[in-house]
This record gives sequence, structure tokens and C-alpha cells, in this order.
Amino acid sequence: MSDETPINDAELQAYVDGRLGEERSQVVQAWLATRPEDAERVAMYRRLGEELRRAYDPVLDEPLPEWLAVRGGPRRRWLRFARVAGWVALGIAIGAVAGWEARDVRPGVSARGDTGETMARRAAVAHAVYSPEVRHPVEVGADQEAHLVAWLSKRLGTQVRVPKLDAVGYSLVGGRLLPGENGPVAHFMYQSNQGSRITLYVRTNAATNRETAFRYAREGNVSVFYWVDGKVGYALSSADISKETLLSVAELTYQQLNP
Amino acid sequence: MSEAERMVELIPRLRRYARALVGDRAAADDLVQDTLERAWAKLHLYRRGTDLRAWLFTVMHNVHVNKVRAARSTDPLDEGMPELALRAPQGDALVVRDLDRSISRLPAEQRSVLLLVTLEDMSYDEVARTLGIPIGTVMSRLSRARDKLRAMMLGQASAKLKVVK
Repeated sequence: MSDETPINDAELQAYVDGRLGEERSQVVQAWLATRPEDAERVAMYRRLGEELRRAYDPVLDEPLPEWLAVRGGPRRRWLRFARVAGWVALGIAIGAVAGWEARDVRPGVSARGDTGETMARRAAVAHAVYSPEVRHPVEVGADQEAHLVAWLSKRLGTQVRVPKLDAVGYSLVGGRLLPGENGPVAHFMYQSNQGSRITLYVRTNAATNRETAFRYAREGNVSVFYWVDGKVGYALSSADISKETLLSVAELTYQQLNP
Repeated sequence: MSEAERMVELIPRLRRYARALVGDRAAADDLVQDTLERAWAKLHLYRRGTDLRAWLFTVMHNVHVNKVRAARSTDPLDEGMPELALRAPQGDALVVRDLDRSISRLPAEQRSVLLLVTLEDMSYDEVARTLGIPIGTVMSRLSRARDKLRAMMLGQASAKLKVVK
């Protein structure tokens, strides 16, 4: 019976790929034995597969970070998250370090001048000061977001963006203007349904125009992820969510700021 | 392991596929970068516990299709041969170059099926899901891709023999 069943093309392909059941494979094999042209074709298909793998498998072993590091520009920035995620996992494995800790996510980059630690510290303090505020957490509420953005953009001298963090459960409460080391700072506050708060500290940094990796710092009970993107420095602070959760918020913040 | 770490682990495979798909090394790495950026931005759409590899390759497929389409719409000269325009003939060995060139001449939709099956060793079902096409289409494209590739390789071989003579 079975040897009268016609071999369809899909079966032939599956045979080439070694994905046909034992029984049908035997049928195909017997069928090919009587058809040298088809047998030749199948052999060629298999050889093409081998050639393809031989040609492209070496790509798997090519060193990875080179093109990510060398090319520069905004395109490699996504990797920060991957690196930070790895770093956070490592940090958790080693055990939490108490008190102030600030370290570069990418070793070797830290030597480049201002590390943003001051910004992180100021952001942590601003968080500690404003996030417990019940009556006046912000100067301008989220209901006037357009006004808030226009006002802070004007004061900072750069177009300020307000990330939407609803996807991770935080909605905008509003924002305020703060004094920073070198001038005005925009400070945005977000709140979850459970009442936990996250603040985003945004300063312009006219002195240098560069990028840094994501960095993590902790001041007292406030965790901060901070980074510099061109002229603008960002610091995201929270006192009551885990490092990992804060990282996921930082990731989203970054995406929202760099659509 | 987090999605980010798993994504990083999958980068070499994305690069291998991209290299074969696009041909040119720089263009392939561009594709990988764009894919990773997009995947990162869309990570919230990825459902935990599902196949991250298939998801990433889907993202890459979409990014690639969009790139080809963009190349087509911004450069009217590309009309009709956008795929070829994206590729530059290169390769370390003659065999690779021949193979590379032959693959580049396959219609894009056949190429991706063949590469996912051959390089990624995806099941036909996974390929169907990754590319968002019915499994019957996977099979027919695979078959046509192999036929064409075989014909091209045979053609090249006979052309070389003629030259040698």
C-alpha cells in the first residue's frame, strides 16, 4: 500500500531536512532508488544546505562587541540595557551593597571626566525631598502637561520630553523646576496605583556633549539609574521598588526619550 | 535569565541569518542593530515563556521588509531590483561568493524560508509562525528556493567548465 502512495514535494523537502518520520523516509528512499534524477536532486539539496552552513556558520564565532563599540552613534545604545541587566543580575548574586555605591556599567569608560555622580546624588536628594509630599508634590500637574513641557523646555533651553510610563504602571503626576549645579533642572514625578513614586531628574549639561552608559547609584534608601545623552543628563530615582524594577522603568524611559 | 541576556545570546544567530539574507557584512550588521533596537522597544509586546528566538527573527524579518520597502520608495531606480541593490558581492572564498550571489538572486521570500530552515534549523511550523505565512507556503517556497539555487549552482559549474576548457 504505502509504496503506492505518491511522494509529494513537501515530503521530499522534509526528507532532505531529515524531518520525515522513519516509515515515510524508507518509502522515499525506496522511491529515490528507482529514480536517479530525483536522487541526484535530493543529494544536491543536501549539499547546498551543507554549503550554506559552511559559508555562514563562521559568523557565529565572529567577535561580537567590535561593531557595536566601533560604530558609535545612537545605534549601540540599546546595549546599555543588556549590560545593565547583566550587571544587576551579577550584583544581586554577589549580594546587595549598602550605602552609596556608584559604578560604571562598562569598565573602562569611567575615566572620562564627570561621571554624573553629582547629578545622581542631587536627583536622589530631590527624590527624597519631594516624593513624600502629599499636598504639593509638583508645581504643575499632569492635567497641564503641554504647559509643563513648554515651560520646562524654555527654562532648560532644550526640548524636554516627558516619557509615558503607563506601560509599567506609573502615571505622570506632574513636574517642577529645580535649581541644579549649572542651572535649571526639570523634575518629573510619577506614581503607581499602589502609591509608590518615581522621579525623573533632567538637567542640561552644556559643558560636554557625550553619552555615558547606564549607571546605578544608591543614596540612603534611594536607588538611582542615571545616564547622559548628548547635552542632557537623566536620573531616575525611587525609594521603594527593586533595582530590577527600576531598571525596567529606566529602559522604558530611555525608549520613550529616544523613539 | 532575563530577556535582555537571552537576546544578547541570540545575537550571533541573528548576525548569521542577516549575513546570508543581506549578503554585505555592514548592511547585515545594520540590520541586526536595527532589529535589536526595535526588539528592545517592543519588548513589552513579547509574551514571556514564548519562543524568544522566533520572536526576534520575526522582528528581524519585519525590519528587513521595511528596509527593502523604504529603499524602494526612496529610490525609484531600485524599482524591480531592490534586493540586489542592497547587496554587494563579497566573500572570502570563491564558493562563498558564488553561493552568496546565488542566494541574493533568490526572491526574498524564498530566501528567508530556506535560510531559517537551513541555518537556524527551524521546524517548518516555526518558520511559518516566524514569517507569518501558512505552512503550505513555507513548503512551496522552500521547494522553489532549492530548485532555483540548484539550477544556479549547476549553471555556474558548467560556465566554469567552459572557461576552463
